[in-house]
Amino acid sequence: MNKILVKKELAAKIKLFDIHAPEIAAKTKPGHFVVLRISERGERFPLTIAGADTSEGTIRLVFNEVGKSTRELGCFSEGDEILDVVGPLGNPCEIDSFGNVLCIGGGVFAAPLHFVASALHRIGNNVITVIGARISDLLIFEDELESVSDEFHISTDDGSKGHKGLTFVKEILDQNSIGRAIAMGPVAMLKAVSEITKPYGIKTMVTLTPLMVDATGMCGCCRVSVGGETKFACVDGPEFDGHQVDWELLTSRMRTYLTDERTASLFYERLGRGD
Amino acid sequence: MAEKKKINLNRVPIPKQEPSVRSKNFNEVALGYSEEQAVEEANRCIECKKLGCKEGCPVNVDIPEFIVAVRDGDMPEAVRIFKSKNSLPGICGRVCPQETQCEMTCNLAKKGAPIAIGRLERYVADWERAHPEAAEKQKEKPIPNGKKIAVIGSGPAGLTCAADLAKLGYEVTIFEALHARGGVLMYGIPEFRMPKAIVQGEVDYVKSLGVEIKLDWVIGRIATVDELLGNGYDATFLAPGAGAPMFLNIPGENLSGIYSANEFLTRTNLMKAYLFPKYDTPLKVGKRVAVFGGGNVAMDASRCALRLGAEEVYIIYRRSIVEMPARLEERENAEEEGVIFKLLTNPSRFIGDEQGKVKAVELYEMELGEPDESGRRRPIQKPGSEFIMEVDTAIPALGTRPNPIIPSTTKGLAVTKWGTIQTDEASGRISRDRIWCGGDMATGAATVISAMGAGKRAAADIDAYLRG
Ligand SMILES: Cc1cc2nc3c(=O)[nH]c(=O)nc-3n(C[C@H](O)[C@H](O)[C@H](O)COP(=O)(O)OP(=O)(O)OC[C@H]3O[C@@H](n4cnc5c(N)ncnc54)[C@H](O)[C@@H]3O)c2cc1C
Ligand SMILES: Cc1cc2nc3c(=O)[nH]c(=O)nc-3n(C[C@H](O)[C@H](O)[C@H](O)COP(=O)(O)OP(=O)(O)OC[C@H]3O[C@@H](n4cnc5c(N)ncnc54)[C@H](O)[C@@H]3O)c2cc1C
Ligand code: SF4
Ligand code: SF4
Ligand code: FES
Repeated sequence: MNKILVKKELAAKIKLFDIHAPEIAAKTKPGHFVVLRISERGERFPLTIAGADTSEGTIRLVFNEVGKSTRELGCFSEGDEILDVVGPLGNPCEIDSFGNVLCIGGGVFAAPLHFVASALHRIGNNVITVIGARISDLLIFEDELESVSDEFHISTDDGSKGHKGLTFVKEILDQNSIGRAIAMGPVAMLKAVSEITKPYGIKTMVTLTPLMVDATGMCGCCRVSVGGETKFACVDGPEFDGHQVDWELLTSRMRTYLTDERTASLFYERLGRGD
Repeated sequence: MAEKKKINLNRVPIPKQEPSVRSKNFNEVALGYSEEQAVEEANRCIECKKLGCKEGCPVNVDIPEFIVAVRDGDMPEAVRIFKSKNSLPGICGRVCPQETQCEMTCNLAKKGAPIAIGRLERYVADWERAHPEAAEKQKEKPIPNGKKIAVIGSGPAGLTCAADLAKLGYEVTIFEALHARGGVLMYGIPEFRMPKAIVQGEVDYVKSLGVEIKLDWVIGRIATVDELLGNGYDATFLAPGAGAPMFLNIPGENLSGIYSANEFLTRTNLMKAYLFPKYDTPLKVGKRVAVFGGGNVAMDASRCALRLGAEEVYIIYRRSIVEMPARLEERENAEEEGVIFKLLTNPSRFIGDEQGKVKAVELYEMELGEPDESGRRRPIQKPGSEFIMEVDTAIPALGTRPNPIIPSTTKGLAVTKWGTIQTDEASGRISRDRIWCGGDMATGAATVISAMGAGKRAAADIDAYLRG
């Protein structure tokens, strides 16, 4: 069950896994996510599905090693099995004919964005893609995304490749009439994108990543405020209208366990998996 | 029946951990009877002709028969009698609200000293666990009848229905959304009231009857109920409980440091946050904790908060102690351990610091007015009584409602305004053919034993239906 068939290192601390999970693969649509638990003592944590192959029965996950759970997952090898993989969870992204679609992906989220962009491209949308990373070495899925995009841009925070920062996106908006913008990535980026598109009145869907526990609507840990209403991101989302999201609340809720996360990482460094 | 016995009104008390000790650990609070104590208590049963006790039990356990077996020291027989009606004795003996069920209707209850039926049950279950060699010999496996049943949810309703159907020869698969088996018994009720090893032992018994349990299967996502029915299952029993938390809906409720009781208890019990960082899931508990609500869930959350190191834990409840729905025993346990009750008090808003973390709650005092629809006196706000209380953790424990995943992905389910599935109580039938429902999903949050009763009735009706 849940055997890792393919493992690749895409960039420093960014890994790709293809996992054998045929029942999940059969139901996966772009925008779905899974929850993993990798050991008896492990926490439940979500990763967005970056692709599904129904003939192989696999789902693709691409993740950043940021703390204890993702670092430990990064140590798994081809052939290893993952204890729990739950999914597909959440609502899929809305895939429809929007005309010109702007797809923006930050960091590891370029991979699940590729899954979304491919679907939009396949049904005839004109896909304009922007992917960004802190530095050029951390860019992933460039070729894959370019091949499903009608227009393709790169942005880095330090300008080491492509555009510096995201301000150039305004030019894209000035030059094209965009029917829909879709953004996946770190919260700060989602917020920035939403602020850029807002004056243009372009509906902008963002995939939010609040902390989650069960991810089936039973705890409320993932609650976010959208348009003044409380929503559970795991069942009502994770895709929401970026112009309606209360970003400050999301950011502060996501910081709840910062010190504990550091403790967990330190504990892991000293003692390893411990079981 | 024995000749008329002299009535003894001295219930044998159950030993417990001292409050000052137990409020710092997650070990079980009640320690259970010794054999002598169990026999002494069993001896008090007067073996009535007209049985009060059995009427009060939703699954009709043969109470006097198993008590007589305990009295005679024939524990394997006591286990056998019990399990013929109830597959989960170690669970029921611990968490059944006996005082409103079998013990309330026991004929000695009128005299104020009903037989401690729950404690005896618990004794019998624990005896069985300690004596696996003497445990009930596996009866021959029933002859498979070739019919397949899908049960959704591994809580008490699902487990009971699955066990009964397996005993009748059905091939039963339970689909469970979480990574653990047992429903609320695993994620909600704390270790110190319901040890998880005991839950797992009783689930293993259900498995030993031939039931398959598939974990990590969220029905409605990985497969819908209709897909199960189309893929070879002859019938489905829906028992997904009522796990979606309710909130107060007051300003500031999404501040960091505010947890639904479900999140707080899930992190603690299912994910074992009390063992962080050995276990990975963290839980931040401040020095001053406020729990809102007056039910069992509020008691559990407040007692967990104490054990997780909080210095002051408050239960804030808008009515008076008389209306409090929590079991008396749990209320007493909480008070003994140091939980502070603030009655006739209600919150109006939460106040956060610059980082978006809760730092205080505004409360106001209430008084009781005329009785409302529930028959309880309606609490009304005392004007001008607002005051601020500093807290660093807040836990709304206001109850739960059914999770909408199944109703929203299954065609043609008649759903009530409370989100429960409209269900015929006696049979578990619903608005759709070949689908039955029971437990909290049908009734809203209730009890373990009522969920088990529903599982049993549905199993009987499914069997009757499929045999035509
Ligand atoms: C719906 C959803 C989909 C996601 N998809 C992906 C994905 O495809 N690939 C991927 O790499 N990550 C994804 N994430 C984030 C991922 O779940 C977290 O990175 C992971 O839980 C961190 O666990 P950890 O123990 O390794 O790190 P922790 O020790 O928990 O955290 C280390 C650092 O990461 C930050 N962090 C923790 N949780 C999150 C989070 N939920 N989102 C963003 N940052 C977080 C912390 O603030 C901290 O700075 C997703 C999150 C959600 C909610
Ligand atoms: C904190 C707390 C304390 C309590 N204390 C007591 C007590 O002392 N005594 C007492 O009698 N009662 C108590 N109760 C109530 C009691 O636990 C419930 O009434 C009982 O567990 C209901 O049983 P159930 O089988 O209907 O559902 P649950 O026990 O809720 O089990 C439902 C199961 O279905 C799973 N599920 C949900 N959706 C899906 C899906 N889509 N696909 C697959 N699986 C799914 C859930 O993960 C869960 O495991 C308490 C409840 C709580 C929350
Ligand atoms: S199952 Fe519950 S109600 Fe029935 S006899 Fe046991 S404790 Fe009493
Ligand atoms: S009613 Fe009470 S005393 Fe009478 S048989 Fe039942 S348990 Fe014994
Ligand atoms: S993660 Fe628990 S409700 Fe969304």
